[in-house]
Amino acid sequence: MSWQFDNERPIYTQLLEKIRILIISGQYAPGSRLPSVRELASEAAVNPNTMQRALAELEQSGLIYSQRTSGRYVTEDKIMISSIRESIAQEKIHSFYEEMKHLGYSREEVMNLLNKDKGGSST
Amino acid sequence: MNTILECSHVSKRFGKKTVLQDVNIQIEPGHIIGLLGPNGSGKTTLIKLSCGLLTPSEGDIRILGKPVDPSGKLKIAYLPDKNSLSDWMQVSQIVDMFHDFYSNFDRGKAYEMLKRLDIDPKLKLKTLSKGTREKVQLILVMSRNADLYLLDEPVGGVDPAARDYILQTILTNYNEEGSILISTHLIADVEQMLDRVIFLKEGRVVLDSSVDDIRTQNRKSVDELFREVFTC
Repeated sequence: MSWQFDNERPIYTQLLEKIRILIISGQYAPGSRLPSVRELASEAAVNPNTMQRALAELEQSGLIYSQRTSGRYVTEDKIMISSIRESIAQEKIHSFYEEMKHLGYSREEVMNLLNKDKGGSST
Repeated sequence: MNTILECSHVSKRFGKKTVLQDVNIQIEPGHIIGLLGPNGSGKTTLIKLSCGLLTPSEGDIRILGKPVDPSGKLKIAYLPDKNSLSDWMQVSQIVDMFHDFYSNFDRGKAYEMLKRLDIDPKLKLKTLSKGTREKVQLILVMSRNADLYLLDEPVGGVDPAARDYILQTILTNYNEEGSILISTHLIADVEQMLDRVIFLKEGRVVLDSSVDDIRTQNRKSVDELFREVFTC
């Protein structure tokens, strides 16, 4: 199953975000080896050069590192992973509040609603 | 790095009709490039010129720095837009023929792909559906270890599920040092596997840009941009 992309943004940014989420959610564990560029490109059904570019940017950010001969690995720095995780969560919360503001809710009303929500759907 | 395909100032006329006008294209190794344009824009003609089936009226075409000649054809794997195989042959016979004909043909790879696409090599070509025949043709082309793959409408006749598999097949089987030129109008399906796209309009190159540059600059997909450029 190939990955889905939206139309307005470059494909490599979307690949980068997707892999980042796979890392911060623990599906690619800290210190584990990533599949090769070719494998990842094939899984996502994208051009290997585009995948290469996404991985290169992730490498720059320090979230992954490459070992000359044996491929790319997820960082072992768990503090870094959790801080990235938190900043992404904050972004999501921020845009959620913005949307609620659009609907005419104040912050307190949103909090009340959140508390009322019993978490029926955990997704 | 060696340029795989270079067209400089290429024009092609059929009688009085100009089909291509001053086309300049360079393809570097390791790239997958989409050749996009509406019907009659010159896509097939450009591909046929690139593999030496036609000769340009003006201009120069080089493959790995050399003019297209019979000895150079081994470097090119060409998928025609029409069925070019003999109907009465079994799939396995055609595989054998390709193996005899092209020294860079990998028979094992061909059988592996046939198996994965669930095509019985014992069947005769005439008993296969149009879509399955297209798959066989593509398998034959992708089983060659070529420098330049010229694919003219590789997924036009197959269903969406098989299309995904075929695109995967192209992605996983091309020679990494080589390049692929794909002509198609099913842009949305191939967009994410392309490095770069070339838009042809009435025989001229009107756009030559990387996919992510197009998305960054226009905030829209190549498919959407195409609909805008070629609005009827």
